[in-house]
This record gives sequence, structure tokens and C-alpha cells, in this order.
Amino acid sequence: MTTVITVPLSLDDETFEEIFEQLAAVSPEQKVLIDARRTRWASPYGLTALLAVAQSRAERAAFAGPDHEETASYWARAGFYRHAEAVFEMHGRVPRQREVPWESTVLLEITDVSASDDVHTVVERIQARAQAILVHELHLDPQATLRFAMTLSEVCQNIVEHAGQGGWVAVQSYHFRQRLGRHAVVIAVCDAGLGFRRSLESTPGWKPRDRWDDGAALEDALVRGVSRYRDPGRGQGLAGVRKFVGRWNGKLSIRSGTARIAIVPAWDDAVPLQEGLPHFPGAQVQITIPERVTAA
Amino acid sequence: MTHHIDVGSVLRRTVCDLYSNLVTRPTGAAVRREIEGVLAGLDSPSLTVIDFSQVGLLDFSCADEVVGKLLDAVHRQVIVTDAYVLVRGVRDDHLEAIEAVMQRYDLAVIVEGEDGAWRAVGPLDDELRRLLDVVQRQGRAEPSELAAALDEEMAVVKEALDRLVRQRLVMRDESAYVSLTSVM
Repeated sequence: MTTVITVPLSLDDETFEEIFEQLAAVSPEQKVLIDARRTRWASPYGLTALLAVAQSRAERAAFAGPDHEETASYWARAGFYRHAEAVFEMHGRVPRQREVPWESTVLLEITDVSASDDVHTVVERIQARAQAILVHELHLDPQATLRFAMTLSEVCQNIVEHAGQGGWVAVQSYHFRQRLGRHAVVIAVCDAGLGFRRSLESTPGWKPRDRWDDGAALEDALVRGVSRYRDPGRGQGLAGVRKFVGRWNGKLSIRSGTARIAIVPAWDDAVPLQEGLPHFPGAQVQITIPERVTAA
Repeated sequence: MTHHIDVGSVLRRTVCDLYSNLVTRPTGAAVRREIEGVLAGLDSPSLTVIDFSQVGLLDFSCADEVVGKLLDAVHRQVIVTDAYVLVRGVRDDHLEAIEAVMQRYDLAVIVEGEDGAWRAVGPLDDELRRLLDVVQRQGRAEPSELAAALDEEMAVVKEALDRLVRQRLVMRDESAYVSLTSVM
């Protein structure tokens, strides 16, 4: 029997919880159909997390894309269908990549990351495209482009080093009308691999503490810079990302297992640590960098 | 003898001739191993200048592999004995990654920044920093000259100089202490 998983009308990091909730009630071996026919909009997190859903299923999941032509065309421009065809059993019309024009707001089309070479590719691509948007739209310092690429490199490496399988990254610029009222650039990196807790548990000699769960693992990794490797230089990638995001007044959130941790700027009202969420494997990262507001 | 290593060339030679960015741990580890091979073949004492001017991006992971682990090995005299290292050609974003790494290893290294000035990067107390500045300015100095310049007791200065030598931030030449940049 196939279980239909309904994709919300508007798909972002918050509304994706509805999908995680529906999935948590279905065993991974059971066939699911991801029904996005009524969906009208998706953020990079939404699109990359959909691919991670396919990755999390033992039985190949079916997928029905948006009926709305403009939405489907946009998802194609973001590179979604190119990857979806590889991981889903596709239902309905699939727009061809060549049918759609290039989308200027897409800084990085959805790109799969499974090896260190993929990170090099991501960094090369983003440097070429990010400068104009970061400097002219977000009014960040020209040096920000390099730090932005460093940020992207570190979050992508998390997949290579800790997921145990591949994942996807996408970067896009937006006008965040409701939440922010300004432009922003969003990085999304999602996988359905090991996740933070299992990765840290693989540390040689690891022993559980009194409180040990997905939330504690995320706190260890993001707040205390703990890594599963014992080298003194490990664990500084996320610390560096956190520092840059803070400097840009941005938001960083990482969901893994049943918890989500966030570095929350003043413009957002997210909870710093959410626990007891529906379980989903791997790690789903989102970084939002808003337009800098300069004093008049 | 001073040995120069162009990290950009090492990157292209050992990893991929299309890469200019030092990103990812495997890339950093490959570059470090190549540099370690060069260092291991040098006569002691040696001074090696590691030049980042042809490197695009340097992320934290690569800074750890190329600078952190390398200097840790040099400091512990694992790959080579009596080796000294200077870092040059670093931009501000490189510096940020190197600084974070040095903090983790509790080590310091002398680095030439974009402004052409040499400075010690990493945790170093004020007393050592002041003394290092004077050695850098003078190039070569006896402890008595340094004690006079800093208006400090000779024993205190000598002890601090020995700490700088142990950190491989100055060289000792018989009774005098020599800045690494003056040897370069």
C-alpha cells in the first residue's frame, strides 16, 4: 500500500515539519508518494529536503511535482528535477531543464555533494556568482564573498565527513517580505545520512552522558565545537560558520533527528533549541543572510 | 638556508591543476604531506617560507590541515628537527582561518599580512609579543640589548627569549637572538 505524503502549498523549513510528521508515521520500508501537485512555492531548504526524503526511504518513493506551470518551471530552473529523477519514481509531467531559462536569483542550483571534489565545484561556482548579489543586493563588504564561500565549503564538508552518504546544497536570493522585509540569501544543505548524534557516537571510546539525545549532540557540535575526531583542529568549521553568520546578523539552523538548534538573530523569533520533533535522519542545515541595513 | 614553498603551485601539482582554492580536508592533507616531504629533506636548522599569495580561498578545515597540523609537527619536531616556518602572502580572510587554527593548537606563527607587515598570529602573552616586536625590529640582538630596550631585568628577558625559541618564533645564534624575517 502506498501512503500519500501531502506537500504544503508553501514549502520552507517551518512547513517542512508537516512532511516530517507525516513520514514519521510510516515505516521506511513502506512505499510513499510525495504529492506536491498543489504546492506553489518552495525554498532551497524545501527542495533539498525533498530529495533527502527520497534518500531516507528503503522503498523508492514516488513523486508528483507541482501542477502549476510557473512553479514547476521554477523548480526546474533550481535544478530540482535533474536530481529528483535520480532518486524518485516520477509521476506526471517533468519539465526538461533545457525548456526553462536561467534563473538569476539562483546562486547555486541544487548540487549533489558526496565527495571532496564536489565541494571544490560548489566553491568555484559560488564565487563567480555571489559577488554581485552579496555586495549590491545585500550591501555586504566585498570581502564577504570569500567568507560566504568558506561558509558554504564548511557546511558542505559536513556531508562528506559525517553523513556517510551524499546530500544536496542550494543557494538562492530572495526578497523576504513577511519575516524580514528585505533581501536575503539562503543556503540550504540537506542529507538523510548519519546525523549529528550518530556521528558523535562513533567517536572511539564514546560513552553516553546523563542527558544524551539529538539536542545534546547538536549543542555539542555547534556550541562546544565537539567533533567525532580527536584532533585538536577538528570542530572549528561550524564554529567559523557560526562566527560569520553572527557577523552578518544572519540565522543558522540545523535540524537532525528529533531536534533543531538555531543561532537566532533579533529579526527572527525561532526557538534556539527545539526538541521532540518528528524523527528524520541526517542533517538539514539552513543559513539565512539578510540585506545589511545601513544607518541613514 | 631559506626555502620558499608556493602553496598555490603545490595545490595544483598535487591535487588538481584547475584548483586555486584550498578547501576540504583531503586537499589540505595532500598539500601538507607534500610540504612535510620538502621540510624533511632540508638541513637543520632550516627556515621555510610558506607563501599563500597564489591561493584563492582558504577554509578552516584546510587551514587546520596545512597550517595547524604542519606547525604542530614542526613544533613537536616530529617531521624535522630545528625547523622554523614563516607564512606570507595571506589575505585578511586567510588570516582569519589561520588565527582560529592557531588558537586551537595554542601555537603562534609569524605571518606577513596584506599590508606587508609581519606579525605573530596565535595566542601569545603581551610580554612575549612586546619582546618579539623588539627582536623583529632589531633583527639580531643580545639579551642585554633587549633588556635595556624593554627596561626589564636580564633574567626575565632571557627566560622570555627561551620561550620564543621554544615556540620557534626566533632563532638562537650563539649568544644572540635572531628574528626569522632577518634570516629570510
